Amino acid sequence: MIALALRDLRLAIRAGGGFGLGLAFFLIVVTLVPFGVGPESDILARIAPGILWVGALLACLLSLDRIFQLDFEDGSLDLLATAPLPMEGTVAVKALAHWVTTGLPLVLAAPVLGVLLHLPAPGHLWMFITLLLGTPALSMIGAFGAALTVGLKRGGLLLSLLVLPLYVPTLIFGAEAATRAIDGFDNTGPLMMLAGITLASIALLPFAAAAALRINLR
Amino acid sequence: MSAPNQRTRQARDKINWIWEWANPVKFMWFSGLVLPWLIGATVLVMGAGLVWGFFFTPEAVNFGSSVKIIYVHVPSAFMAISAWFMMVVASVIWLIRRHHVSALAAKAAAPVGTVFTLIALVTGALWGQPMWGTWWAWDPRLTSFLILFLFYLGYMALWAAIENPDTAADLTAVLAVVGSVFAILSRYAVNFWNQGLHQGASLSLDAEENVADVYWLPLVVAMGGFMLFFVTMIFIRTRAEIRLRRVHALELRERMADA
Repeated sequence: MIALALRDLRLAIRAGGGFGLGLAFFLIVVTLVPFGVGPESDILARIAPGILWVGALLACLLSLDRIFQLDFEDGSLDLLATAPLPMEGTVAVKALAHWVTTGLPLVLAAPVLGVLLHLPAPGHLWMFITLLLGTPALSMIGAFGAALTVGLKRGGLLLSLLVLPLYVPTLIFGAEAATRAIDGFDNTGPLMMLAGITLASIALLPFAAAAALRINLR
Repeated sequence: MSAPNQRTRQARDKINWIWEWANPVKFMWFSGLVLPWLIGATVLVMGAGLVWGFFFTPEAVNFGSSVKIIYVHVPSAFMAISAWFMMVVASVIWLIRRHHVSALAAKAAAPVGTVFTLIALVTGALWGQPMWGTWWAWDPRLTSFLILFLFYLGYMALWAAIENPDTAADLTAVLAVVGSVFAILSRYAVNFWNQGLHQGASLSLDAEENVADVYWLPLVVAMGGFMLFFVTMIFIRTRAEIRLRRVHALELRERMADA
């Protein structure tokens, strides 16, 4: 399992695009929004948590099809399927590798990019916390979507269509928790729901994703 | 054959009689037999409900005649959710028992459910404009329906994208099961996110205050009509899917014979 995680990480870093692309996309989204809504700092400050969340979600979406696609094409996914490690474990490790290469940089970058959007002071910390709690769910749900579409030739667009509705609850609770904290309200409710979604995704979705992969490899 | 063995088989047959209807040949025979009756009943009940609702109910105070749109709005909203539920049940049956009719019925239900969702959204917008003064509000119920619509779109897109029919049936079934968990989750998340304009349920059985009987009875008839319409559509569409499969099989056989 550790070997597989290291292999995936190494591939993502050396092949390029793993760290860089998602982060650059995130930066561009955050830069484009003020052009669209205008530079007034009070409006930007109000929508900043939402923009950061949506931006992180879209950046996460970009690299999803890489989770299984390349391994499927060169046949290493078949090898992994026959390896002693159960398919569920493979899926979980690959989702973890995706999170480390895509989710974690986004989490670290979000407070910094918040400055661009005039994010109010406690918001930087709260963006970090909510994204840290929420992005693993994004990676895991994305891995499930990627497992469904792995055999398709033009799966990228379909993958977005399948995964985005699944992201709705995570987005709502994540953005809500951040917004409430910034406005000075109690946010334990959404925070706990967010953590619950993440934990439940990690616990249950590997089984669904592994089932989908087995069907696709049949 | 020994006696106890036969008895166990009898017991098994008693439990398993329902699965016999999953045999495509038997399904075609049965559905062909009941389809004319079903169509007739649909026309009768749906027509009765709609005509009753549209022309023979008093106009409500504060609402005017715009209230009559509920005879389309409520039944389609109800059926949009029921259709998804039926799809999930059919998908689970396919995953466990591998009955092809079940998978095809789930496939057949998706477009019908999508259209119901769309009708509910559009009639809701038409109604909301004079009543709330807006075509659209980010109200929990409206938002949940929009999300349900997206789920339907994704489900159908996945069916369309995969060439191998068995793989497509498997993957869409997995998606339907996982998707419904997230759909329910979204429903609660959206509730949490925004308290809405939409009135509460007007038809639940345990509610103390329901819509007045004058409106309620035709509404129930209309809902029955919509449900019959759904069942009819499922039968017709599933029959079409089965025939499509047969045509494919025949084509394959012919090509084999030519080669």
